[in-house]
Formats: sequence, structure tokens, C-alpha cells
Amino acid sequence: MATLELHDLRKSFGATAVLHGVDLALNDGEMLVIVGASGCGKSTLLRLIAGLEIPTSGQIILDGRDVAQLDPAERDIAMVFQNYALYPHMSVFDNMAYALKIRGLSRDDIARRVRETADILGLGPLLDRKPRQLSGGQRQRVAMGRAIVREPKLFLFDEPLSNLDAKLRVSMRAEIKRLQRRMGVTSLYVTHDQVEAMTLGDRLLVMHQGVPVQLATPMEVFERPATTYVAGFIGAPAMNLLPAVLCQDGTAADLGRGLIIPFADGKRDGADGRKLTIGIRPEHIAPDPAGMAMQIDLVEPLGSETVLIGRLDDGELLSVKVPGRAPADALIHVSFPAAALHVFDAETGLRLG
Amino acid sequence: MERRTIFAGWVLPVCLVAPQLLLTFFFFLWPAAQAMWFSLMRQDAFGIRTEFVGLENFTDLFADPLYLDSAVRTVVFCSAVAVLAMGTALLLAVFADREIRGRTIYRTLLIWPYAVAPAIAAVLWVLLLNPQIGIVAHGLKAIGIIWDYRLNDTQAMLVVILASAWKQVSYNFIFFLAGLQSIPKTVIEAARMDGARGWRRFRTITLPLLAPTVFFLIVVNVVYAAFDTFATIQAITHGGPGKATETLMLKVYRDGLINLDLGSSSAQSVVLMVGVVVLTALQFRFIGRRNAE
Ligand SMILES: Nc1ncnc2c1ncn2[C@@H]1O[C@H](COP(=O)(O)OP(=O)(O)OP(=O)(O)O)[C@@H](O)[C@H]1O
Ligand SMILES: [Mg+2]
Repeated sequence: MATLELHDLRKSFGATAVLHGVDLALNDGEMLVIVGASGCGKSTLLRLIAGLEIPTSGQIILDGRDVAQLDPAERDIAMVFQNYALYPHMSVFDNMAYALKIRGLSRDDIARRVRETADILGLGPLLDRKPRQLSGGQRQRVAMGRAIVREPKLFLFDEPLSNLDAKLRVSMRAEIKRLQRRMGVTSLYVTHDQVEAMTLGDRLLVMHQGVPVQLATPMEVFERPATTYVAGFIGAPAMNLLPAVLCQDGTAADLGRGLIIPFADGKRDGADGRKLTIGIRPEHIAPDPAGMAMQIDLVEPLGSETVLIGRLDDGELLSVKVPGRAPADALIHVSFPAAALHVFDAETGLRLG
Repeated sequence: MERRTIFAGWVLPVCLVAPQLLLTFFFFLWPAAQAMWFSLMRQDAFGIRTEFVGLENFTDLFADPLYLDSAVRTVVFCSAVAVLAMGTALLLAVFADREIRGRTIYRTLLIWPYAVAPAIAAVLWVLLLNPQIGIVAHGLKAIGIIWDYRLNDTQAMLVVILASAWKQVSYNFIFFLAGLQSIPKTVIEAARMDGARGWRRFRTITLPLLAPTVFFLIVVNVVYAAFDTFATIQAITHGGPGKATETLMLKVYRDGLINLDLGSSSAQSVVLMVGVVVLTALQFRFIGRRNAE
């Protein structure tokens, strides 16, 4: 149980700057999920917190103490690696007992704690096996067990489920959430998976090229993305982003082709003619016989829904998600409900209002 | 995955294999058979009469205190060389495995000794250690140690151990470095997160994962120390002073080629041969078992 604060944390490898100043505060017992494109520095951030890398500058305050320069051994943080990194020459029991032995716990205490943890994770019958005698899912559990048994101040997960098949991933996801709640250990969880990002965390941090761009609850990130980057990154299929200009004294957007949509939530700052980017999620676009014509190029049936990818008459790409099956026609008419619009500044990409 | 080449006829495969087989036959099987044959014979002092004596050469050998002394000496020598060569190499490999400045140069330099011929290496050592002109002798004299490996048994043994081990460090280093680099980095990192540091982490994680390499190198080093150090010892001490550095290999040579006791010398080489076979079989079994796991 602990709080974690990062102050202007930076990391460069030689001349390449990877993290450009990360500020973050985690509450006690909170689960924070970090998402971002490949190479944006998520793993680097976790490794800095873990102590596997030393930051170029900045502070890592764990429970009120700056641990940025300390060895991992002095931080009391547990990490679950993507490839599990189990000790291949040790049994499951010894894998889990290792950290406890190093801390000098008595044999009885170690055996008791390992057994308790093994029971929670259903690893009881596997305690004598070596990692190579386990399936991928079982190894994943052992990796979890090794972290849990330590009862650390902080859990770090670096894409722990990405090597599992889809079904196992769903059940492990639920299990991780359950365990984290039950133990109440402050956690950071890195993932590429949209669903994990939305469901697992109390809060979601979106990173882009070494800087955090938005930190909020998953629903808030989804409903009010702070930048066009976040808007495009969270949600599948991605949000449509269209160029527009401000008009009618800042109360509406002109998307060209005669389409002027008044804002449902009030006036935006700036003079008419200010360049905007208008975002609208594919599932919010409504079929409307009186709306714009869209030529369908590609149909992606998802079962209960269908994604239609096509072009407006002036060539602008658009994706639309409709319930049920695809319409029979290759040409449909759609309109943008005013309440579903996201308004961004075209130059800075920042959300307006 | 298994890779196989299928030949249409038998002429080409036979031609490809023949040179190897011929070499093996003339330089290994034939002399080995000869040694076995001679080990059952006894020649008189002038090499005129040869008679069949059965296993008498062997029974004589194991009753001979000089032979047993030499065997003990060889065991001490081999263990010392293996421990020294492997210990040094492991230490160097651990350092080379770290992210250090000038790592490539450091690694290249460490591999050089392997390319030096044994006799030349021995000459280098002789120069360094020469009681009159060697640097080491001067240094030792300065701290009050009288250095002359040509008179002092222990010093002579130390010198041949040192020179032999030095030659083998490069070889061991390459294998240890490869072994260290094949340990997944995240496993070491997981151990760091679990709070293991320094010697403890090395002993409980690195060393066990390096065990196959260690075992392989023990066999290789013992075989090296027993057989390939002949040129080095011969060049530095000729097995002397007295018999202080006479290993079994040198004794085979001395008894056979200098004392011309062909029967005993052959019996000794047969014993050595059995030694190699046992060591190799051990190694194969061990490697086979690892692969089966
Ligand atoms: N040891 C290193 N030396 C040099 N550059 C590095 C090192 N580690 C990471 N980088 C660089 O830092 C950047 C961020 O890497 P990082 O592994 O943190 O990305 P990531 O967000 O975890 O990506 P992914 O989602 O693919 O795992 C990358 O451009 C990478 O090339
Ligand atoms: Mg990563």
C-alpha cells in the first residue's frame, strides 16, 4: 500500500530523449493503466519506477521517499514481465519463495505465504513443477504469484497478458482486477489492448512520444478526449477527424460542402474562420435519408455490429458503425448529431470546450 | 529442426567422408591399436627380443610408486589448471557481459592468447619468469622471495599451472560470455526486483543457469590440462626439477621415447585413452540429458 508521485521524470538513452518530463500522482490502492503507441516510452517509464533504469532527471516519490537513485532491492516494488521471466531452474514454489528467502523470512512463514498465494491463484497442484512444464497461462499465474506473495508497495505490469490467447486473456483480465481490488496494492499497468485499457483501470494515462497527454477515468478519456491524438487512439474503430472552421460567432462548425452544425454545448472562443478539427465516433454517426451521401468501400461485420468504411462525395474518408448487418446498398446517407461532436483546435490539436 | 541432405548414389557420399575416415584411421585408430598391442608386449633393453606378457605391463604400472606419484601430480595439476582457467575466465566474462566502455576491445584482447602457439606462449612465460632476467623474479626478490622454478618443486608446479591456465582462459572466456549472454535479461531483472544483489544473485540465478557451460568446460579443461599441456610443460620445465612437473603425458613420452620402455609407455597411453573415453562419455550423457529435458 503506497502512494507514488513522479516529478518531471526524464530519461534519455545517449542522445535520444525517450521521456520528456512525466508528472504523475497515484493514490493509495489505485490501478492506473498506461496506454500509448509502440515506442512512446511506456516500458521505459515502468523500468524507471522499478529501478531497472536510472532516470536522467526527476523524482520518483514512493510513500514520501525519493527512490529515484535506489537499487530495485531497496524499493519494494514487484513487476510482472511480458515474457514472465520465471527462474527456469527453480520449481514454482521456489520461484515464489525466492524474494521471501532473500528477505530472510523463516521457512515456515515462507511455506505458509507461498501456499496461501498458490491457493488464491489455483497453483496448488503445480508447486513442484519447473516453469518449462507449464502452459503459457500457468506461467502467467506463477509470474503473478511471484509478485503477489511479496505483498509489495507497488505492482508494475508490462503487458502481462499479451502472450495469451484471447479467451485466456479475458479471464486473466478479470482475475487481475479482482486480485488488485482484494489486495488493494497501488498498481501501474501497461497495455496495448483497448479493452484492458477501458476496463481495468481506475484511471487511464495516455502517452504520446514520451509525454503524458491525458490522465482521467477511462470513461472521461473516451467521452472527452483531450487532444486529437487521444481521440484517435482510444476507441475502435478510431474516431473520425474532419477539418472544419468556426462560424456563426463561434456557435457552429462549418464542415464545408454546405454542412454547418451548431454546437450543442455552447459557444467556442475565437474569431469566425478559426481552423478546427471536428471529431465524431463511428457509432455516433446516424443513418439519415436527408443527410450526406456516403459511398461504401469496405464492410467489416463484427457480429452484432457492422463497420462501414467509405467516402463522402468530396473524397473525405469516414467510418460508420451500425447495429446489425450491413445495408444492402453501396450508397447510404448519414448525418452527424450535434451532441456527438468533439471540437479541437486544428493547429494545437487541443480540445475546445 | 533436422536438416538432411539426400544423396542419389553412394559414390559422392563415400568420397566426402573418405578423407575424414582415412585421417582418423591413420592418425588415431592405427596408433591406438598399436599402443594397445604394444601394451601387451615387453621388449628387452636393446630392443632385440619382444615377448607377449599379457596384462603384466598394467599390473606393473599400478604397482609402481613413481607412476602413482605422477597420477596424483596430474590430478592436482589438472584440477588447479581447470579451476584457475575457469575461475579467471568467468570473472572476465562477467565483466565483459556488463555494459562497459571499450567492451569490444576488451573482448578482442581477451581472445588473443588462444591464438598463440603453446611453445611460443611457453617462451614468453620463460622470459617473464626467468630467475636471472625475468621481471617476476625481480619483483619477488624485492619482497624477499627467492625465485627459481628450475630448482624449487613448488615454484615449478606453479609456473606450469599458470602458463597452462593462461592459454585456456580465452577459450573458457568465449564460452562463458556466450553462456552469460544467453541468459534472458529479464530473468536477471526479475531477480533484481526480488531483491537479490551481487554475489547472492550470481550464485542463485546466474551460476545455475550457467551450469551446462560449466560442466562442458570442466571436461574440456581437464582434457586440455591432461593432454594439450605437453608442449607447454616440456618447453618450460621438461617435467623437472626432478619429476616435480612430470604429468602422465610427459611420463608416457619419457618412458617411451627416452627410456625406450615401449611396453610400459603403451600401457600408460592406453590408461590415458580410457580416461578420455570416460570423460567424453560423461559429457555426452550429460549433454544428452539436458537436451532431452
Ligand atoms: N536501452 C535502450 N537504449 C536505447 N534506446 C532505448 C532503450 N530502451 C528503449 N529505448 C528507446 O526508447 C523508446 C521507448 O521504448 P519503450 O520500450 O519504453 O517503448 P514502449 O512504449 O514500451 O513500446 P512498446 O509498446 O512497443 O513496448 C524507443 O524508441 C526505444 O527505441
Ligand atoms: Mg514496452
